[in-house]
Amino acid sequence: MSEKRRFEPKIVAFFCNWCTYTAADLAGVSRIKYAPNARVIRVMCSGRVDPQFILDAFAKGADGVLLGGCHPGDCHYAEGNYKTLRRMRLLERMLKGMGIEDGRFRLEWISGAEGDKVKVVINDMVEKVRALGPLDLPGRAKGWDKELEALAHGVRKSEDKKEPTHA
Amino acid sequence: MRIGFYICHCGTNIAGTIDAAAVRDFAAELPGVAVSRDYKYMCSDPGQEMIVQDIRDNKLDRLVVAACSPSLHEETFRKAAAKGGMNSFFFQMVNIREHNAWVHEDKAAATQKAKDQVRAAITRVRFHKALEKKSVPVNANVLVVGGGIAGIHAALTLANAGKTVTLVERDSTIGGHMALFDKTFPTLDCAACILTPKMSAVKNHPNITLWTYSEVSKVEGYVGNYKVTVKRKTRYIKEDLCVGCLDCIEACVFKEPKFRDDFNQGLSKRKPVYMSFPQATPKLVTIDPETCIQLKTGKCRKSCAEACDRKAIDFELKDEMKELEVGAIILATGFSAFDPKRHAYYGYGRYPNVYSALEVERLVNASGPTNGEVVLRDGKHPKAIGIIHCVGSRDEHTNKWCSRVCCMYSLKLAHLLKEHTGAEIYDFYIDMRTPGKTYEEFYDRLLQEGVHFIRGRVAEVNDWAMTPEEEGKLVIRVEDTLAGFVRRIPVDMVVLSQGLEARKDAGDVRRLFNIGCGTEGFFQERHPKLAPVSTFADGIFIAGACQGPKDIPDTVAQAGAAAAEALALVDAGHVELEPNTSHVVEEECCGCKSCVPLCPYSAISFDEAKKKASINEVLCKGCGVCAAACPSGSIRQNLFEDEELFGEIEGVLS
Amino acid sequence: MKYLYYPGCSLKGSGKAYEESLLAVFRALGVPLAELDDWNCCGATAYMSVEETKSYALAARNLAIAEREGLDVIAPCSACYLVLNKTQHALQENAGIRSRVSGALGAAGLSYQGHVRVRHPLDVLINDIGLDAVKKKIVNPLKGRRFAPYYGCQLVRPYSTFDDPVNPVTMDKLVAAAGAECVEYPLKTRCCGGSLTGTVPEVGQRLSYILIKEAMKRKAEAIVTVCPLCQFNLDGYQDQISSRFSEVRLPIVYFTQVLGLAMGLPSGQLGIHRGIIDAGAVLTAR
Repeated sequence: MSEKRRFEPKIVAFFCNWCTYTAADLAGVSRIKYAPNARVIRVMCSGRVDPQFILDAFAKGADGVLLGGCHPGDCHYAEGNYKTLRRMRLLERMLKGMGIEDGRFRLEWISGAEGDKVKVVINDMVEKVRALGPLDLPGRAKGWDKELEALAHGVRKSEDKKEPTHA
Repeated sequence: MRIGFYICHCGTNIAGTIDAAAVRDFAAELPGVAVSRDYKYMCSDPGQEMIVQDIRDNKLDRLVVAACSPSLHEETFRKAAAKGGMNSFFFQMVNIREHNAWVHEDKAAATQKAKDQVRAAITRVRFHKALEKKSVPVNANVLVVGGGIAGIHAALTLANAGKTVTLVERDSTIGGHMALFDKTFPTLDCAACILTPKMSAVKNHPNITLWTYSEVSKVEGYVGNYKVTVKRKTRYIKEDLCVGCLDCIEACVFKEPKFRDDFNQGLSKRKPVYMSFPQATPKLVTIDPETCIQLKTGKCRKSCAEACDRKAIDFELKDEMKELEVGAIILATGFSAFDPKRHAYYGYGRYPNVYSALEVERLVNASGPTNGEVVLRDGKHPKAIGIIHCVGSRDEHTNKWCSRVCCMYSLKLAHLLKEHTGAEIYDFYIDMRTPGKTYEEFYDRLLQEGVHFIRGRVAEVNDWAMTPEEEGKLVIRVEDTLAGFVRRIPVDMVVLSQGLEARKDAGDVRRLFNIGCGTEGFFQERHPKLAPVSTFADGIFIAGACQGPKDIPDTVAQAGAAAAEALALVDAGHVELEPNTSHVVEEECCGCKSCVPLCPYSAISFDEAKKKASINEVLCKGCGVCAAACPSGSIRQNLFEDEELFGEIEGVLS
Repeated sequence: MKYLYYPGCSLKGSGKAYEESLLAVFRALGVPLAELDDWNCCGATAYMSVEETKSYALAARNLAIAEREGLDVIAPCSACYLVLNKTQHALQENAGIRSRVSGALGAAGLSYQGHVRVRHPLDVLINDIGLDAVKKKIVNPLKGRRFAPYYGCQLVRPYSTFDDPVNPVTMDKLVAAAGAECVEYPLKTRCCGGSLTGTVPEVGQRLSYILIKEAMKRKAEAIVTVCPLCQFNLDGYQDQISSRFSEVRLPIVYFTQVLGLAMGLPSGQLGIHRGIIDAGAVLTAR
């Protein structure tokens, strides 16, 4: 039993007030147990979630970001969740381009009655992100900074030697 | 900045899982925190007083409380902040009960999560701005949807209080399920005798407009100011001319009734022109477009129209759309009875002498299809009757819930059937549930009356006879869990006590009114204990079985409660709205118009002269979709500003 | 439309008539059934409760071979149908079994991803081919005949994917399409006694007796079945049952034989002669 402490992913969860946040309240009232890795940020509608929030969460060290809204057709604000869906499909492509693996960002429709789904989704996401390992975007960013610095340093050195450079 | 932080133990609800003292000490060290305390019950008077005193004594200018869900006590602490002299929106609530203590078991992990949640709120609250709630006037009229006993009672209560009420009912008459019943438990007074006076009172009340055969088709607006569109289906009768003499029914070209009579549960027939039952309210006939020859083919003698000396029948009439403005809405749309065909093993629909409980209500009713004589579909009179409880209740395969009324109405039917037939009655139950005033005494009475009670869930009903005594009978197979063996009981008639479930279109109705449904499909109340008739849509209340199975006394009590809630709202004359609307910071708006088509409420317009977007805050409902989409960041949503949300992200992650 | 046919042991032995009639009917409907290459025993019987991993691996081997073809598998025998579906279910739901079975398959150079659908011919006839297509082929309707449709215990429970677990009706529809009348038979999913006939015959035969007696009482001229075990069990012991309880005598036929005759196929192709109680006389229009 000498395995080292397993990796506990940090997950930021944006939940809409009317469906998913209520579902998480319902999970609480029903004493449904689930993994303690998610930190919920309440918004009135999933449509309030600016893609920048998600990028910012990754940049500040989140290993995963979950966005929960009402089921299609059930939005408290008529159609905010459709706008979310459109926006997030674009964001997913961008995340892939940035080297952020599938599964680190997840969009889920959870209605106010689906307390159990909160458990299922969070547990599943924690397992999957755990399998992917830490994202550590801040750490990687430092690495990239170093790389850049080294490149710049190299350029300065070569300039010092005054060797002819390629065009 | 001087932030006050408080963590609630909620008895052991929170403190049993989260180390409140550790969180308190952690918060005390965060920048800007001037006061950090923990207390057993923050929502109690002493808890709130502590906050008020601290604001005054320590000149606090921000407040964070870690306790339960904001849906419960956000308002409580906002008021405490205001009492202390702080703008109530300088407050942020942290949900460490529903979202933490109640859902996690690992205390260390829960405490760590609580610290992260608290740091997020403390980081966020710094950016909060002083806001004021908007006060808007409230329309004093009320709409009641559904004309069963719940809707009837709610409408009368409000009308008696002097409010103008519109009662909309889908069916051609009000009365709902209660009008179908013969007697009511446990007093055995006749349902019609206690219901019909209330039905006429609705019809005759000067403050009530009764729209039957009508459905709500559109709901716009917000609390205090709803605009509702109602589709008034035509009966092909001029309502002001018809006096309900029924001459037209007599004169119909169909000499004999030929079509399923829904009111009698299909046990009798009706003509295309009909009145559901003699006490139907309003007392008007209706022509069914599905079966009327004139309406289907245009080729009928129209003997009904000829027979009407008031010329009330008009086949050219069209459905009408009516608009009305109300301040509050009460939904009392009722339930559907479980379709016993879904339990194939009880043989409903296969064996003619298997009946649903609703059919039996009509069968024993003196004004029912047989005038109260219990005669079976095969013409026989039953000598032995089995009543099976929990059909479509307490069952993994269909509905998991207890329907609450079936034990009691089964006892009632047992009594009535015994009275009408003198037959041996066998009553099969899983548990006998009789919680209610004088309910258990009623059960005791039935035991005295000699009804045979057998505890066990019936396995199947079929006509497979194993002995000569079983020949020609329906055989009920059941494990008698008190006697401890399997029994076969031959009977002539089986009654299936159907459970209650949400109406088939409850999902559509829910969307129409923007309220929620539970997993089982019934409308969701705002809080199961403390706000049982409110919904998540302010100004929309629910009453009766649309919220969950309940009997008549509970339904009437809830209807009264919903009427009182509606009254409290419309009588106040004005209502305060959350200030979470969006606005445009004009100098930063680049005039790209991205936001304009996004708003589902058309609250955003574009000022062509200034080349700037602008938001009408009266129309804005505060979703924040525009704020998320604005490329220049010039749209701000109160309470959910970018800085506030970025602060929260930083707080949970640092 | 093309399917893999998994015969299992019965259809090559005591249930030969089922195989013959099934293949003939599908051929006549223009739907080819290709026998699964190198199939093995499904693992029914007590094996499942004695050796979990091995029994699941045994069944999964068939699924793994089938998966290479990318077609649905038709398992006409109720026991095979149940065991293959149970295996499918266990592999989906239970990670432990999945990894042990995948290890076992790996040792034989096989792998299984879980994509095979195990179907019953009733399901395929009703839901894929369709009742209308079947009706079009009926040239010799069995007018005036009354049959008791009997589904047995395993077909609709617990994996009742295509019919009601309490009151299944798919075979009723096919028998009616063949022109015969189905008697109302409330015992259609009761146990035939098959698993007890060999071990506790007085109990097993009593269960069979109840089924046959009730069908006769309801004036059925044959019991129509979907399962080779039921057929064998109900057909094979009527003499013993008669001497133990009271006289019974009723042909027990497969639904594919009923369909085949109504479709005008020669009885020699349908294994009619293989039954112990002669069925030839009742499988014609009256």
